[in-house]
Amino acid sequence: MMILSGDPPKSRVLTLVLVLIILALAATPFLFPGAKALNVAAKICVFAALVASYDLLLGYTGSVSFAHTMFYGIGSYAIAIALYGMGPNWAAVATGIVVGLPLAALLALAIGLFSLRVAAIFFAMITLAVASAFQVLASQLSWLTGGEDGRSFQLPELLRPGTVLISRNLFGFEINGRILTFYLVFTISALMILALLRVVNSPFGRVLQAIRENRFRAEALGFRTVFHLTYANCLAALVAASAGILNALWLRYAGPDTSLSFSIMLDILLMVVIGGMGTIYGAIIGATIFILAQNYLQSLMGVASKAASEAGLPLLPGLLHPDRWLLWLGLLFIASVYFFPTGVVGRLRNGGGDKSAGASH
Amino acid sequence: MTELAATDPLPKPKRDIAPILLPIALALLMIPLIGSTSSWLTLTAASLAMGMMIFIMASGLTLVFGLMDVLNFGHGAFIAVGAYVATLVLAPFAASVQADSLWVSLAVLAPAALLSMAVSGALGLIVERVLILPVYGQHLKQILMTTGGLIVAEQTLYALWGPQIIPMPLPASLRGSFILGDVAIAKYRVLAMLIGLAVFIAIQLVLNRTKLGLLIRAGVENREMVEALGYRIRRLFLGVFMTGSALAGLGGVMWALYREQVHASMSDDLTVLIFIVVIIGGLGSIGGCFIGAILVAMVANYGGFLVPKLALVSNILLMVAILMWRPRGLYAVTSR
Repeated sequence: MMILSGDPPKSRVLTLVLVLIILALAATPFLFPGAKALNVAAKICVFAALVASYDLLLGYTGSVSFAHTMFYGIGSYAIAIALYGMGPNWAAVATGIVVGLPLAALLALAIGLFSLRVAAIFFAMITLAVASAFQVLASQLSWLTGGEDGRSFQLPELLRPGTVLISRNLFGFEINGRILTFYLVFTISALMILALLRVVNSPFGRVLQAIRENRFRAEALGFRTVFHLTYANCLAALVAASAGILNALWLRYAGPDTSLSFSIMLDILLMVVIGGMGTIYGAIIGATIFILAQNYLQSLMGVASKAASEAGLPLLPGLLHPDRWLLWLGLLFIASVYFFPTGVVGRLRNGGGDKSAGASH
Repeated sequence: MTELAATDPLPKPKRDIAPILLPIALALLMIPLIGSTSSWLTLTAASLAMGMMIFIMASGLTLVFGLMDVLNFGHGAFIAVGAYVATLVLAPFAASVQADSLWVSLAVLAPAALLSMAVSGALGLIVERVLILPVYGQHLKQILMTTGGLIVAEQTLYALWGPQIIPMPLPASLRGSFILGDVAIAKYRVLAMLIGLAVFIAIQLVLNRTKLGLLIRAGVENREMVEALGYRIRRLFLGVFMTGSALAGLGGVMWALYREQVHASMSDDLTVLIFIVVIIGGLGSIGGCFIGAILVAMVANYGGFLVPKLALVSNILLMVAILMWRPRGLYAVTSR
């Protein structure tokens, strides 16, 4: 299994679930007609890559970063500002990538060198502070970022929904620019996840795990832990920024709510923990569960809330209101940290175990 | 080494006064930059009031970390809970709150604040038992658990009170300013300063003059040693955690009155500010936390007056500057 870097799912059920998810995502344009299904599928792809890159930090090095959405946002804004300013052409896309990715990597390098050097606990707090400052900055520099409104932009000709590549009568399906964009998102996300799988199964990834288990000992063995942690931080930032680029390309929009807000950071945390930390595959499972819940559970909760209020129950309508779905996911999050610290993937692999227990000291 | 006679008192530890001079120097430096003395005085008073409120909220967090190495990312939830609970008392008595007499409005505000502290403290008990005890000693899981707790607390507040911003008007008797010459100092800021100072002095007295405080300080410095001497540090920690939560609730009420509105998102914004204060001050140090809070408030106020654009990132710049000077914060008290 060269493509999986010698790290297959190692569980029949897990393999089946993963294959099902990937096939369903790949076939979404043909299986589930409608804009909503395609949006959900694209979002799952983007978030699977984003969460996998976060897993590299949280699951493999044991350092909690709250700045991951910042890198995601840098990618989104870079492509959005470039396409907004230079018009819908491929040069603008290239400019966005060439500016956005190095910017994210440099910022990650600066944060890493500054805060990974001191106590590991500082890292979580400093990333939180830097990310919130960046968020304020992005909403204040409205001449550049469009402020709270964000930036909407046009895509290059080829990727527009109006561009028909293969007309309807060939397979009964129309392949247009929108579907091409979807496959662009799908392919790049898949490649990034495979690349991350390669990283964590390389000698470098083994060192990261050694640092997670016992930083002092890893240092005593002669590894420069600050270098390894900072490098991992930069890699994760690069993937996050790339995911941000894909997200902006898909939405044709970048704004504080879709790419920078603290709630996205919490979503990422929930996804990685529910899916399973330190597995990479957990990112795919976590993103799928979470985004499906976000999009379809809410309507279910609306029905339940209505039923509860018609039955005259106190409090319950408020608790079951569709906007409160995060409450239930928060409870699920706490329960999964407590009862299934290895997440869905860990459970499926060996019924628990203590692989990620006792991380970070 | 100097010879010590048996009757001589023990040598006192050297006092480190550089951090104390820092806010004073900063304030003095600002006089020529701001130009007008009256606006300087107003800004300084505003910084001190804001600093005191931040200190009240942050003091619990720094002690909790120092004592038990527990990083509570859900600390902000206690702030929001405190503010929301206060509305329970203040809304029915809105008329008396708006009475002209200072004493009548204080008579309503005081029980509201006390109730907030009680509820936040009780919530602290639950959080400590349910969220922190099971993952004790594991940083990663502590951060995840308390972040989860923050989400649940915020969402519950939304479910109970609704997602809208709740107005929390300041009592009429606390509106307006004291006018001294051409200097105007808002009345509420004076009250906030007094309460903050009282809390600071009370914490310092408990920490430095009682046996309980001795144990807490010893625990911050070396937990195992205190345990080895037979004290139940877990119970001590629970007490500190509940007190810290209650103080966060008090800070929440004061902050809500200062902003004259209540919203669950206040916990997110303030969490960041509090973390910066705790990092600047040195994890576990009350004195550092006090100075850090004043510094953050000063930078926010002076910065907002002089270079409004800079105010957005001023906290981060301050934190970077302080950590360059002292990498473990102003006062490094823990051995970790």
